[in-house]
Amino acid sequence: MSENNNISNGSVGIVSPQTTHFNTPLTLKSGAVLSQFELVYETYGTLNADKSNAVLICHALSGTHHVAGKYSETDKHPGWWDNLVGPNKPLDTNKFFVIGVNNLGGCHGSTGPISINPTTNQKWGSLFPVVTVEDWVKSQSLLADYLGIQQLAAVVGGSLGGMQALQWTVAYPERVKHALVIASAPNLTAQNMAFNEVARQAIITDPEFHGGDYYAHNVLPRRGLRIARMLGHITYLSDDAMGAKFGRKLKDGVKYSFDAEFEMESYLRYQGDKFAGEFDANTYLRMTRALDYYDPALDFDGDLTAALKNVTAKFLVISFTSDWRFSPTRSREIVKALLDNERTVSYAEVTAAHGHDAFLMPDAHYHNILRAYINNIVVDNSYAK
Amino acid sequence: MQNNVNITNSTQKFRQDFAIISGWVKFGSKVLDLGCGDGELLQFLRGGLEVKGYGVEKDDVNWLACIKNGSNVIQMDLEDGLSVFEDQSFDTVILSQTLQAMHKTEEIVHEMLRVGREIIVTFPNFGYWRNRIQITGGRMPVSKILPYQWYDTPNVHLCTINDFDEFCKNNKIMILERCVITDTKAVNFMPNLLGNLAMYRLKAS
Repeated sequence: MSENNNISNGSVGIVSPQTTHFNTPLTLKSGAVLSQFELVYETYGTLNADKSNAVLICHALSGTHHVAGKYSETDKHPGWWDNLVGPNKPLDTNKFFVIGVNNLGGCHGSTGPISINPTTNQKWGSLFPVVTVEDWVKSQSLLADYLGIQQLAAVVGGSLGGMQALQWTVAYPERVKHALVIASAPNLTAQNMAFNEVARQAIITDPEFHGGDYYAHNVLPRRGLRIARMLGHITYLSDDAMGAKFGRKLKDGVKYSFDAEFEMESYLRYQGDKFAGEFDANTYLRMTRALDYYDPALDFDGDLTAALKNVTAKFLVISFTSDWRFSPTRSREIVKALLDNERTVSYAEVTAAHGHDAFLMPDAHYHNILRAYINNIVVDNSYAK
Repeated sequence: MQNNVNITNSTQKFRQDFAIISGWVKFGSKVLDLGCGDGELLQFLRGGLEVKGYGVEKDDVNWLACIKNGSNVIQMDLEDGLSVFEDQSFDTVILSQTLQAMHKTEEIVHEMLRVGREIIVTFPNFGYWRNRIQITGGRMPVSKILPYQWYDTPNVHLCTINDFDEFCKNNKIMILERCVITDTKAVNFMPNLLGNLAMYRLKAS
């Protein structure tokens, strides 16, 4: 990190992604098999001698492996959770070896719909299988194996990332010491899934979607993806936050038109356009489907307490008061199931105005919580066999 | 509002009721401390009795202090009940000097009896003679244990020992033990007059 002094204090500095190729076939929850796959990831900090200081960060719907740092001195956009990860930041890279990984089905380097299907030598497109939270965690565990990490000091995730952190403790109880499950839920409510369905319908009904094989037609279903993202943005913010940010402010007075007259409209259009230009529609479909399907209690007659019976990790669960898409009630269900099993758990309900987006914001109290909890994580291999 | 009334002074290592509470908690048992403040009691019980402890605390600053000292703490408002805790899932549920600040007094006691096999309730005795003297003098009592003015007090349901005894009787709550103290000394003679802190070990009858 010595060469990165020009970058703001506390930054991990200039980073670059790595790619690992896996030749062993991966059987997905759906039964589909990926004969081989690649995962792209970044790491920050140094893995200690007994490999006991690794922290995995799981990304949400539109996240990537690029969690922290910048790709060049002039890079204006640091990683998506740069305010959390870095030297002397709440997740301190002086102490921890932090891993960010792009999930399977993603569009930022890991094998996904835009990758080449080895059987057809064409982009996967519609043929890329539907992936699940369970599949992601399985593939992440293979990456941990590859890095020689037997046990993670912590798995951290917000939203869909929180579901992965939870799934780690269910699937590999002995491999996780701490799980930080933030702004998440043990499954989605009907209302939450309904937003995903509208988003997917916007994409699927875009004339340029071509059943998911738009690459072959050299077009992109931008309109659909744009609307999906606009809808998402509305649900990630609270009414109050939108009110405070835009209110009823007009850009340039009323024009009796359907142009973006209100500032809120131009914000949503801008966000939608930006996203449609950089994200893959097939990936969006799969990420939202993974959200819909995740339900660890399903095999236990809906009994989450039974589903978490074998969990041994210590938990920090955090929710935000104004988050209506992943409301505090849902986080409390996770807490209750852990309490029922007499697990070590703490729960914070952070007073925040920003809605679901609050989990990415550097709110002082929220960051103090993370800093205090992470600071108490003991780095040693005492749990390892 | 659930912050415990802090009566620790610099010469005391822990609050005067902690020693008695720890005498009522079994070694290695499972304990829930409601309105746990900065987690000091939980820490004390963990160290001495190796309890499996959880705290409930609403205040952000106290909650954070609990995390720093390694206590399990659930951020919740006690006024909303204890729905995240199963029936009879704790050996002991403690409400230490918080009862008087609760709005839903009866509800919280019933919730505690639902969740805990035994419960411990402690509160400042409003019948203490120094309080009576201040009332007789025409003013609301202000003291080390009741350090608030009438207009800024979080204490909305102050009671005397006699009041609480009757509350237990009316609600069919069995008093297993009662201990009344004044400045760490046990008060056995005229406790409702001479004791300033009342401590009860209770169970449903």
